[in-house]
Amino acid sequence: MTVTSLDPQTLGRVLPNRLKSPVRRFLTSWELLLLVVAVMVFITNSFASPYFLDPWNLSDATFNFTEKAMIAFAMGLLIISGEIDLSVASIIALASTAMGAAVQMGADTPTLVLVGLTVGLLCGAFNGFLVTGMGLPSIVVTIGTMSLFRGISYIVLGDKAYTGYPSDFAFFGQGYVGWVISFEMVLFAALAVIFAILLHATNFGRMVYAIGNNPVGSLFSGIRVPRVKFTLFLLTGLMSGVAAICLTSRLGATRPSIAFGWELEVVTMVVLGGVNILGGSGSIPGVVIAAFVMGMVTFGFGLLNVPGIVMSIFIGLLLILVIALPRLVGRYLARRKA
Amino acid sequence: MVVLAQLQDREDVHLQSHIDGAPILSLKGISKSFPGVKALSGVDLDLYPGEVTALVGENGAGKSTIVKILTGIYQPEEGTITVSGEPLNFPTAQDAGKAGVTAIHQETVLFDELTVAENIFIGHAPRGRFGLIDKKTLRRRAKELLDRIGAQIDPDVTLKDLGIANKHLVAIARALSIDAKIVIMDEPTASLSYKEIEETYELVERLKAEGKAILFISHKFDEIFRIADRYTVFRDGEKVGAGKIADVNEQSLVKMMVGRAVDQVFPNRAPDLGEEVLKVVGYSHPTEFEDIGFSLRAGEILGFYGLVGAGRSEFMQALFGITKPSKGAIRIDGKVAVVRSPNEAIHRGIVYVPEDRGKQGAIKGLPIFQNVTLASLSQTSRKGFLKLAQEFEMAREYTQRLDLRAAALDQDIGELSGGNQQKVVIAKWLATKPRVIILDEPTKGIDIGSKAAVHEFMAELAAQGLAVIMVSSEIPEVLGMSDRVIVMREGRIVAEYEGEALTPESLVRAAAGIEEARA
Ligand SMILES: Nc1ncnc2c1ncn2[C@@H]1O[C@H](COP(=O)(O)OP(=O)(O)OP(=O)(O)O)[C@@H](O)[C@H]1O
Ligand SMILES: [Mg+2]
Repeated sequence: MTVTSLDPQTLGRVLPNRLKSPVRRFLTSWELLLLVVAVMVFITNSFASPYFLDPWNLSDATFNFTEKAMIAFAMGLLIISGEIDLSVASIIALASTAMGAAVQMGADTPTLVLVGLTVGLLCGAFNGFLVTGMGLPSIVVTIGTMSLFRGISYIVLGDKAYTGYPSDFAFFGQGYVGWVISFEMVLFAALAVIFAILLHATNFGRMVYAIGNNPVGSLFSGIRVPRVKFTLFLLTGLMSGVAAICLTSRLGATRPSIAFGWELEVVTMVVLGGVNILGGSGSIPGVVIAAFVMGMVTFGFGLLNVPGIVMSIFIGLLLILVIALPRLVGRYLARRKA
Repeated sequence: MVVLAQLQDREDVHLQSHIDGAPILSLKGISKSFPGVKALSGVDLDLYPGEVTALVGENGAGKSTIVKILTGIYQPEEGTITVSGEPLNFPTAQDAGKAGVTAIHQETVLFDELTVAENIFIGHAPRGRFGLIDKKTLRRRAKELLDRIGAQIDPDVTLKDLGIANKHLVAIARALSIDAKIVIMDEPTASLSYKEIEETYELVERLKAEGKAILFISHKFDEIFRIADRYTVFRDGEKVGAGKIADVNEQSLVKMMVGRAVDQVFPNRAPDLGEEVLKVVGYSHPTEFEDIGFSLRAGEILGFYGLVGAGRSEFMQALFGITKPSKGAIRIDGKVAVVRSPNEAIHRGIVYVPEDRGKQGAIKGLPIFQNVTLASLSQTSRKGFLKLAQEFEMAREYTQRLDLRAAALDQDIGELSGGNQQKVVIAKWLATKPRVIILDEPTKGIDIGSKAAVHEFMAELAAQGLAVIMVSSEIPEVLGMSDRVIVMREGRIVAEYEGEALTPESLVRAAAGIEEARA
């Protein structure tokens, strides 16, 4: 026969909560590195152009990232859970087209908002159903719906554009809450806080991490994996709807090419923010800082009159770099240990 | 002719060293640290040709770490490795293979989407013309290897369709596909039932006869005394003893390993059976099990015994809502209940500690404390918001009781030793405070001291009125813990024993189909 009897002195050891204090953890974090980069970009920009430090210019610069960042928050959760949505920019196109069509039928601003959000939610639900209900891989599904959603916009609009949005609709993309603080900036900040709480302080957020690290183990732990993933697709669709409202309001018009290529910028923002493209880890503060970095780089390029194509080359290189970087660092550390 | 002469030569060298008693592989002063722990500090280890050296130690003593150093996965910070008198180091796994070392790791690293044959030969597949993989030879050699270890597995099936025990056999075949002088086995029998275990022992004997040096890691003392010639004991990353197995007994080995004497009894229970909590009627599945029915009362520990492939785990997973039964019903507290998902099962008070720790149990990438609380988040949170302090408290309580060896509660569970990961998984399910707990090979890979803690815990929960189902392939555990034992074979219940009728012989015979009796 095996086994011991337990006397109190053999009772196990008491483990400390943490190996590293949160402060020390922060000192070796990706977020801190990003913060340093953000400061460097800021300084570079202010040397590159005398106009950069002007409060109004800075305020303008935020429009380069606020709308994309709203989607990036939801996309961050989705990528942490091990899925992805490449149709977000096309959802914007479809939602904007629907709002434009509603305007032609005389819809007022509240109705337009409702239309934008509803279309976003429906698109998200469609993606979510195909992935969780049919068990298809999200990358394939959303490449498909990326063409589908924008395709519908093209069919409806051709080379025309919807204009004639009500004047109070302009507030979402052009309005200011006070001094140089735009409505979009406030919305961005509020959403950042909400998503940070959702991911880092709720049971739901914990489940998102668990699923991203081990979906089978999560299922065995009683997590309703399909339901959580479906919710994340809904959220991503909803945030694309919100972005569609802001962007349409800012541009004052809908063309089928609206927000073209944004999905890559959103994914780049998320990955630059330290979210593992394979799922399982990442943080909202990281994505927030990444949004600032990307926005300011774009603005800096604008100040220096760098053409748009260079900008997209830059985004592409950045995406490859931030995906490759963790591996290169890991390999370097492994070699140094040897 | 030349080849023959060389072979002859090798044989001579080998015989020579055997007579001299010189080790073929020798480690001296090996140290290895991880953040927060010194996994190994200056350990020595010698392996001799034609002999089995058992490596024993508690969970987290550093056994698997030394295996990883020997196979080029980790690099030691200090120390030397000598193979056949030649100093070597193994910067990569390939180098270790070239030096004649092969290993069956504790956590098997196989590819779910590939076939069995492809898994066995991945990285060194036989090549035909134009350097293409020679599928026919691949299949044939895979079949030969599988036959050699007595595994009845089709080399063409996809790995993910196999149960954990068969996956483990594939890993063994894979290790043997490399022609090596040194064979390392890290808990090779932990996932197997006695039939495969017997075959593993025979395999070890054959390897021994071929003159291979074998390092055998195990927490089971019966097998250590059966097959080992020598032993080495690690405690907290240090070597605390080594010698010939003939010179020690179980007590002295345990004392070296744990640092204190251990008296060996199962918890003394006086089962006080309450109402029936679970009744299963005619549970069937198209391919895995057929007409399973039994009833379970509060305070009872019901054992499930059977061979690999008997359908025990498959049935338990259906009970837990992972797979759908084709027929049958369950009653909880006398009321018909439908369980369509693990989430529903947990809500109804049925929980399942899975057998496949790596896939189904541990969430690697999440810290220890989050693994412990994952299935009980409603207890440690308020209105859906996390309460970290409560999570740490819950995790500390359970990890202390199970004597978890880790640096801190926020350490990634993936960094723990195999046995310690298992403790965290058990803690996760005990923390849910269930009504019915199904434990599938609960003490797999757990050391002797902690095993006692787990058994004690089970007995205490049963005394509090929890109903326990324990699937186990370890006969002493089944006999020592269960009030009643159901034996399954080929997806059916073939026998049920309690009291006097419950003997090792009766279990083995029923499981193997030598006798069919429902006592
Ligand atoms: N990658 C890692 N990172 C951090 N710590 C590690 C890592 N791998 C192992 N350790 C630590 O090293 C120690 C030894 O672990 P090891 O896996 O060698 O134990 P073991 O003797 O094989 O135990 P078991 O019987 O449970 O398998 C443990 O404390 C473990 O937590
Ligand atoms: Mg181990």
